[in-house]
Amino acid sequence: MTDTIIDIDCVTKRYGSHTVLKDLCFSVRPGEKLALIGPSGSGKTTILRTLMTLETIEGGTIRIDGENLFQMERNGRLVPADEAHLHRMRTKIGMVFQLFNLFPHKCVLDNITLAPMLTKGVKKADAERRAMELLDLVGLADKARAMPAQLSGGQKQRVAIARALALQPRIMLFDEVTSALDPELVEEVLSVMRMLGSTTDMTMLLVTHEMSFAHDFADRVLFFDRGRIVEEGPPDVLFTNPSHERTQTFLKKIIAAGQRI
Amino acid sequence: MEWDWEFVREIMPTLLDGLRITLLATLLGSMLAAAAGLGFALLRRSKSRAVARTTGFVVEFIRGTPLLVQLYFLFYVLPELGVLLSPLTAGVVGLGLHYATYTSEVFRAGIDNTPRGQWEAAKACNLTPYQTWRHIILPQAIPPMIPALANYFVAMFKETPLLSAITVIELMSEARSVANSNYRYLEPMTLVGVLFLCISLIAVPALHLLERRFRPTR
Repeated sequence: MTDTIIDIDCVTKRYGSHTVLKDLCFSVRPGEKLALIGPSGSGKTTILRTLMTLETIEGGTIRIDGENLFQMERNGRLVPADEAHLHRMRTKIGMVFQLFNLFPHKCVLDNITLAPMLTKGVKKADAERRAMELLDLVGLADKARAMPAQLSGGQKQRVAIARALALQPRIMLFDEVTSALDPELVEEVLSVMRMLGSTTDMTMLLVTHEMSFAHDFADRVLFFDRGRIVEEGPPDVLFTNPSHERTQTFLKKIIAAGQRI
Repeated sequence: MEWDWEFVREIMPTLLDGLRITLLATLLGSMLAAAAGLGFALLRRSKSRAVARTTGFVVEFIRGTPLLVQLYFLFYVLPELGVLLSPLTAGVVGLGLHYATYTSEVFRAGIDNTPRGQWEAAKACNLTPYQTWRHIILPQAIPPMIPALANYFVAMFKETPLLSAITVIELMSEARSVANSNYRYLEPMTLVGVLFLCISLIAVPALHLLERRFRPTR
């Protein structure tokens, strides 16, 4: 249809009387790596959660691949999407969470094979072969039979990435995936993401507080504040020469807190 | 009054027959209590307000009325409405439904304890609601509840003598009938107590074993 894979048009999201997203508009090109930054509570995580259909919206439209995410046509009229529609839309999207959310009662391998077997009817042997390739990719082939509780945070997050990749989504959402990690474990996760970014043509959206990673990784950075995009641009411009005062203040604070950009 | 071992030997086979029925009723009642309890818990979480409310009302109603009354209703009143249940069936249904109202609370707590992130991860993995319950939520929620469920099953076991009121020939009614026909109550009633105690005592270490086996590993 167009050269965009995600189209967010005038999206509004409220929790009660609190408006989290205000007439938010932006689009993402296929294969683009997008970093969403901003103070906490600015709505950047909410937009990822909305794309994953974990949240609903009160106004506006979201299109994935040209298809309306939350509405569908029935008898020529737009109606709220049913479970089947959402299910089909979700096949395009994968998500990695801040707190990993691995299934604690299943071993690493089963965490990865479960969804492909259940949702795509992949045979067990094929699912396991693919899972081993993915574990190899994230450097955890020797942990296939480990339980999540036996892994470090960095290892858990790498398994979570492998689990999301197993469904071969075209869009991957990374929601503060290193925020819950001990500092010395952050790099192992970032290097996996760096590798994904350079070797795949997946569209990747990441919400992060790792500014230097966002700088190196992203094609474009969106700066969020209070449910709106205040400023956007290529990382070189946005990080080194932000035009908006809010962005400047935010980045100054980040630098004052000791982060390299 | 003197303890008569000869009489004990004479009535023991009859009592053991009764014990078999008691255990059978407990086993079937427990299975029904577990299944119906899970059903109640799931229905109470239904998105449909009407379904959730009705289930809540039914659960409160059953829990708020005595088991004995429910047994009488099932066995003596339902036939007038054309539903004829055998004594054991009525007993199992009564025990099962009554205890299901308690186990449903256990299920509800266990399900509520499953972190929200698990639901979200299941959705991100594109599992259907059924698959999410079947593969993600229940396998995590049920093991930690097993000791609490087993406690209710032991309690149910000790309430089975109520079934004698609706002519189920279980341990208590066997004991009463041999006692009545021999005018001796000491041995039969003592033995009933001892048999119940024995089974309960076996159940306690079994419970501990279950607790250890299903200790959550998170």
